[in-house]
Amino acid sequence: MAYIELNDVSVGFGSGTNRSEVLEDINLHIEKGEFIAMLGYSGTGKSTIMNLIAGLIKPDKGEVIVNGKKVEGPSPERGLVFQNYSLLPWFDVYKNVELAVNEVYAGESSESKDEKIRTAIDRVNLTDALHKKPGELSGGMRQRNSVARTLSMNPDVLLLDEPLSALDALTRSVIQDQILGIWKELGQTIILITNDVDEGLYMADRIIPISVGPPATLGPETVVSYERPRDRKAIMTSPEYQKLRTEVINFLLNEKEKERAASGTKAVSLPNIRPMDISRHKPSWFFGLRPKPKKTITAA
Amino acid sequence: MNGAVVDTTTAPPEGAVKAKKSKFTYNPNRVAHTLNKLGLGYFSPFARLIGKDEPAKQLREIALNTLLPIVAFAGFVIAWAVLAKAVQTDSVQIPSPHQAWYALTGTAIPAFSHPFPESIEGLEAPYFADNDGMDPKSINGFAQAEKLAEKEYMISQQERVDKFLARSEEAAAEGDTEKAAKYKENSEMFASKTYQGNKTFYDQIWISLLTVAIGFIVATVVAVPIGVLCGISPMFNIAMNPLIQLFKPVSPLAWFPIVFVFTTWGIATPPSDSIWQRALFTSAGVVMLCSLWPTLINTAVGVASVDKDHLNVAKVLKLGWAKRIGKIVLPASLPLIFTGLRLSIGVGWMVLIAADMMAQNQGLGKFVWDMYQNGDTMSTAQIIVAVFVIGAIGFFLDRIMLVCQRLVTFEEQNI
Repeated sequence: MAYIELNDVSVGFGSGTNRSEVLEDINLHIEKGEFIAMLGYSGTGKSTIMNLIAGLIKPDKGEVIVNGKKVEGPSPERGLVFQNYSLLPWFDVYKNVELAVNEVYAGESSESKDEKIRTAIDRVNLTDALHKKPGELSGGMRQRNSVARTLSMNPDVLLLDEPLSALDALTRSVIQDQILGIWKELGQTIILITNDVDEGLYMADRIIPISVGPPATLGPETVVSYERPRDRKAIMTSPEYQKLRTEVINFLLNEKEKERAASGTKAVSLPNIRPMDISRHKPSWFFGLRPKPKKTITAA
Repeated sequence: MNGAVVDTTTAPPEGAVKAKKSKFTYNPNRVAHTLNKLGLGYFSPFARLIGKDEPAKQLREIALNTLLPIVAFAGFVIAWAVLAKAVQTDSVQIPSPHQAWYALTGTAIPAFSHPFPESIEGLEAPYFADNDGMDPKSINGFAQAEKLAEKEYMISQQERVDKFLARSEEAAAEGDTEKAAKYKENSEMFASKTYQGNKTFYDQIWISLLTVAIGFIVATVVAVPIGVLCGISPMFNIAMNPLIQLFKPVSPLAWFPIVFVFTTWGIATPPSDSIWQRALFTSAGVVMLCSLWPTLINTAVGVASVDKDHLNVAKVLKLGWAKRIGKIVLPASLPLIFTGLRLSIGVGWMVLIAADMMAQNQGLGKFVWDMYQNGDTMSTAQIIVAVFVIGAIGFFLDRIMLVCQRLVTFEEQNI
């Protein structure tokens, strides 16, 4: 029995004629300590899978099992890092983490809580910004604060919902390495959602693509068997890497193709127009009364 | 946590203290920013000027900020003066700016002809010398006259007290203890008396502020919890919505008789020298009923529109009911709650004048009403002064709430 199991899970939103299925018959088995990356187009239900495992939503059909127990609701054992950080803007870095620690370790002394908060913040190298509020932090720092909040609960499963999508490439690679470092040290099971194939190939043990829905299903997995710690440069230049990359991308491209064929829509042809040159035709408006438009838009 | 730690065991050498002090430099940018945040944006060019931050630009800005309003106000006063000459009947007229000035200060501006010649008819200059030169019918003159009257009253009371005390001692010396006790009692009776004069304009300002404070605080205490409930529970919101929509547009004049019944039923008649008159509570009740709604609706909207991500955080952390409201819902909706409070205090102050008139509460509304009723030539001029004062106080109340609103507004999380 795997550590995390999704068995024949289906989820849909709405009811009656408004009903639309998001996920259908999802089967996913993840071992303890594994690092899984899920890849897919936006809007295909990746976040829905995360919310299922986190316990924020319940499956309409099938079951989600973590560590032998059916998931009934959110739990600090399954830490979710949100895509848009979800920090509370009226709390500083310390207090945002404190909120989580106070909940999970309610019974412990304030010294031990303080230590846990500081350890978590130190893990993501944010100690310098301890008393800064999210408004004063950069995007990368906010995401690290969010990761620290989740880490402080000491979760067995780390659910990372596109944590790096909003960051620039340089910050991304720094935080990628930080996450890998934390994973190596604490050995949680990590599920990472991403839309970046290279990120998945660099970080994960397995890549699971998600088909274009709705309803979405899981595609064939790709096992990434490079030894760790991985050297970014060395991996990228290896022919094996190119092969895996092509495999994943081909699946995703085929999916897009299939979707187009299924929906039967042709490419939308845009009208061929030339933009108006306003330097030559200065608008002569008078108290909001616009003169009749001159025919400057000409079809070629 | 990161505050300065004062070391009491080892005093630092003097040089170190001096070095620390010189580190504290004047940062015009920061001072200007703080002034802006406190709603005193007018003064921020002055702060920058002191810090020599682009002095020419600051001087231009100060000139602009100061001159333009002055020009506009001068234009208004001129238009007013012209209008005052035009709008006149046999019995009433629009008072001129000079008359309004006289109605406030009780003294005429020397260069102009006397605004109320009938006031000084039969008097010889200097006029009203016994009242520090102020016409006792004017606002300041009346306050001055009351002050003098109170002084006089207290002196005459003291004379009576001394007289009875002396008689009491006399009687005691003669051995008539019964008479001595009676005289003593009389002296104490006179000592306990206080002056029961008329309320001056300035007393009435304070009573108005007190009334509006009571109404506003009660309205807040009622509106915020109901608003939070409306925001949290759609069912509660559906249930409350008809009541809110129904009562929100009702005029204070319509609420007055109903509030009057409540205060008559609920509040025992207080002694006549107490400031906690029934009329004050009636007026405060009307203010409360009218200023309730902006806070209630804004709170409900604020709570209902808390970022879904923030609520998800609460779910993932499994925060309890109280913590969810206290740590997430309320802080997130504070900016909107304070927007509501700001609107509420504006409505409350506006309603107060009408409520004071109806309830005969000793506030500014009663002042306006009394002036309207007494038909003196100076009355309309005094009402104009009251209009300016009411406007100025309303402006200050709004500014205070604006500062509160800015202080609770967190920097929005931008991605």
